Formats: sequence, C-alpha cells, structure tokens
Amino acid sequence: MPDALLSIEDLQVEFSTRDGLVRPLDGVTLEVGHGETLALLGESGSGKSVTAQAVMGLLPQPAGKIVGGRIRFDDQELTALPPQQVRALCGTRIGMIFQDPLSSLNPVFRVGDQVAEPLRRRLGLRRREANARALELLHRVGIPDVEHRMHHYPHQFSGGQRQRIMIAMALSLGPDLLIADEPTTALDVTVQAQIMNLLRDLQQERDMAILLITHDLGVVADVASRAVVLYAGRVAEQGRIRDVYDHSAHPYTEGLLASIPQQEEGGARLTPIAGAPPNPLAFPQGCRFHPRCPYAQERCRDELPELRRPVGWAPDQAASCHFTEEVLSRG
Amino acid sequence: MAEPLLRVRDLVTTYPIRSALLRRKIGEVRAVDGVSFDIARGQTVGLVGESGSGKSTLARTVIGLEQAEAGSIEFQGTELVGLSARQMRPVRRDIQMVFQDPYTALNPRLTVRQILSEAWRIHPDLLPAQDWDEEVRRLLDVVGLDPQYADRYPHQFSGGQRQRVGIARALAVRPKLIVCDEAVSALDVSVQAQVLNLLDDLQAELGLTYLFIAHDLSVVRHISDEVIVMNRGQVVEHAPTDQLFADPQHEYTQTLLAAVPVVRPWNQESAA
Repeated sequence: MPDALLSIEDLQVEFSTRDGLVRPLDGVTLEVGHGETLALLGESGSGKSVTAQAVMGLLPQPAGKIVGGRIRFDDQELTALPPQQVRALCGTRIGMIFQDPLSSLNPVFRVGDQVAEPLRRRLGLRRREANARALELLHRVGIPDVEHRMHHYPHQFSGGQRQRIMIAMALSLGPDLLIADEPTTALDVTVQAQIMNLLRDLQQERDMAILLITHDLGVVADVASRAVVLYAGRVAEQGRIRDVYDHSAHPYTEGLLASIPQQEEGGARLTPIAGAPPNPLAFPQGCRFHPRCPYAQERCRDELPELRRPVGWAPDQAASCHFTEEVLSRG
Repeated sequence: MAEPLLRVRDLVTTYPIRSALLRRKIGEVRAVDGVSFDIARGQTVGLVGESGSGKSTLARTVIGLEQAEAGSIEFQGTELVGLSARQMRPVRRDIQMVFQDPYTALNPRLTVRQILSEAWRIHPDLLPAQDWDEEVRRLLDVVGLDPQYADRYPHQFSGGQRQRVGIARALAVRPKLIVCDEAVSALDVSVQAQVLNLLDDLQAELGLTYLFIAHDLSVVRHISDEVIVMNRGQVVEHAPTDQLFADPQHEYTQTLLAAVPVVRPWNQESAA
C-alpha cells in the first residue's frame, strides 16, 4: 500500500525486566490506510498494546526500547524522531483512547475543561472559543444535557459516558488516526454496541483512520475492514476481515474463532486451543504457535515461518505458517 | 416436580447510603429488590444483567457474604435467611463460589496445596489429614493441572491455570452448588473455552449445579439450561435458554440481546 497513513515495518521492541531481556514485539509489519479501520487482534501477551505504545512513543521508560524496524506516519519516520516530537505529533494528528477511561481522565478537573485544554494549548484558542468547541464535541459524542454536564467531574459520569468523553478529547484536534486500545472491554454490552457505532460513524464522518485493538473477535467485524492477528509478538495472519474469519489461513486464527461460543450451536462442546499463550520471557523456538498447533510438524519446531501469501490463493491475505495451504484447504 | 436445590423467594438486599459527615444512614439502595427463582439439581442457571443490575449482590447474598433484608433462601429445604454464622457453617460447605479475578481470589502466600487443604482444616470432619496429599493430587488432576504443581504459588501460574486452581478450591469441600461470578470473563478466548468445557465435564461427572453469572451473553447461552435476566434489582425475565434467546418477552431482554455483537455479521445479512 503506497499511500498508507501508518506503516510499521519489522518492528522490534525490547523490555528489560527483572527476569531478563524480553522481546514482546519481534518483527511486526502492518499498515493502516487513510480513512481505514484496521482491527489488531490478539490475546494477552501477543504485543497488541505494545504496538500502540511504540507508535505513540509511550513505551515504559527506561525499560522499553525500539531495537529494530521502522514506524512511518504520513512520510515521517517516527522511529528517527526524539520521543518529545513523537508525542507532539501524536497529540495533534494521532488520538488515542484506552480501556479504562476513569484512570485516563483527571479526577480534579471538570470534563469540559479537560476537553478544551488541548484546544487552548495546542491550537492557542481562547477560553471561550475552546469551551464552545468542547461543548460541540461532547454533544457530538452523545453526552446529554451538555451545557450543564460539561461542568461536572469525571466521577459523576457512567463508564460509557466517560469513554465518550475520552473520544471527544481524542478527536478534539481532528486527528488523522485514532488508536483505540480495547475501548469497550470494560463496558456493558448495550453500551459497548453504542460506542462501537459511534466510532464507526465518526470514522465515516471525518474520514479518519482507526487502529482498533481488541482481544474480542466478536466486536470488530461490523466496524473494521481488515484485520491483523498477532501471536507472541509476531503477525500470525492478516487480510480482509471477512476472508480472515471465513477462511482462516493460520491455525491460530482458526482456533481462536472456534473458541468463541457460537449462537447456532448452543450447548455443543467448544474446541479450544490447547495450552495457553506463551510467556514473552520464553517464546518457543521455531514457529511460536507450534506447541499448541494441531498441524505442527517437525519443521515447525525449528524454522520460524515468514509472513507470506498462501500459494494459489487469490484474496489479499497472508499468514506466517509453513502449512497455510493445508489450513485453508481443510477450513 | 422434585424439590429444587435452591429456592429463593422475594429476596431483598439493601445497602445503606450514609451521610458524608456523620455516617448516619440517610437512605438505602435496594440492590436486590424482591427476587424469586428456583434452581433444580444438576442444572445450570445463567444470570445476566448490566453492571448495577444487582446480579453480583444476589450471588453474594445466596452464599452468605451479604445479609438479606427480607425474603427467603431455601437450600435443600433449609431456610438460610436468619441463620447465625455458626449455623451457616455446614451449609457454606455445600455452596461454593468461583470468582472473576483469579489473580486476587487466591492467597499469594499459600501454595496450591495449602489453598486446597485450608477448607479441610476448617471442616475437619470432611477428610482425615492423612488423605490430604492424595486428595490434592486428585483435585488437580480433575481440573486438568499437573499434580506436581501442588507446591507452587499462585503467581507461578497463568490466568487460566489460576482459574483452574480456583475451581479446584471450590471442589475441595464437595459442594452441591457452585456460584460462578464472571468466572471466565478475565480469561483469553482460547483459555476461556477450555474452562467452559471443564465446567461442563465437572457437572456431568459430579452432578454439580451452577449459578452462572456473566455479562457475556454468548457464554451464558452456551452453558446455561435456563437464564434469568436482571435489571435494577429485579428479575425481568426467566426462561429456558433456547426460548429466551429465540423469543425474548421483556423489552429489556430484547434490548440486551440486540446489542450482542455478532462474530460474522455478513452471515446474518445474507440470511435476512
């Protein structure tokens, strides 16, 4: 994709921990196009949040470090910039929302002021203008009775409303890319649906790209057009979301989808993936999925598979599996 | 119909609202507000509702962690409301709970062996001390953990393994009813499926009865025979699982079901 907005190439991140050096990202490659919604999927420890942190220059310091690869955002090489400049750029052109809005909002400031703050600081708007713009934003994300409510403090809002406020803040400077890290995980199911719909509407309205990070394969299909599945710090599979879900090219994706209780087969036995996601301190040799993989052969134990398009397979889909053709033919 | 294992009638549980300054009681929240239902032996009853609906308070009242204000909880024909802590003790053994967060529900300073045998220390008539080691090995085997892990501490396990320890701990006293409060919610999808299968197997082998609380409706649909829907402290609908999902009667249930995300929405479009 030549006109990608965000392109991550062979990204490698290392953390130094008490137990030694770990590499939670080991060669992640992905692209987010202009105005596109990309779902970044994976279980705990797969590296999905670390990817977002690396892009935003938010890796824990001094423990975390990018040790290889590149991150490009709209012709700027983020990996070459000092962290301060990355954050300045992120403040204006990349917005971010997190799983837990309560801990991301400042409890001692009124929400209206918090939404207005970046407008005043970054755009130099006067208080009145900034407040008017904040009111508009809060209204757009669906906060009822805004004139009154914008003078309230974060604890006076419900979880869903707090997430709406976070979205208003992230959107305040009109970013080209919104990174949403598990935005609905802490919310009730009806609220989750509302927030997802809101994100989808905003994406279309503003022609904004979204990198939607989640462990829940169920919530993204309506919103995202493409998906990247991470496993143990590497891309297991990527492609159009419908191709990935209907014809998984990687045994891990296949296993994840089979683990979700499906509505049609109520009560039938689930087919989970054996074992648990590996600890980043001890990723297995060869293909990192091989200890849990029903297709694993001798080769998988020694040889790390590269991300590649399955031979004789038309859709724009790629998987890191030596036997992806076999996986596709069985599925 | 045979006598139900658990029979709850007009149950009310309230929390006091206290004034900021003098902590005087200035009102109350009726978290559970007149709830009635039965659970038959060997059944799994799912309990769903959004945060604040009172489902966790209901569960905590049933197992005796909260005091009921009014109403009745009959377990195997014995009335539990109004029992003293001492009178509750033998009943406690029969009703166990598996908690949401396997990271905080286990004492980090105890080994798995100590966690499991704690209950036998409290209920000495349950198992003579010389059989403890054997029973620890058996329990770990039942929940799919390597019996050699008995002397490890909780932090040495993954989330899914910890939840298995939590289930083994509940099984240690040979309960009849297990209340699972969001027991699989914190687990990764692939691991969650393993634990759901484990709960299924245990029910088949041991004839357990589950009260299964979860916010994830596809999980509840998968595991439950019947589903209770709560909203604002009250039961708005209680029906067999298939019937509830196929033909929800109450408006709130309909809203809830409509919000459940669909894994492959394109399949629905083509069907419609």
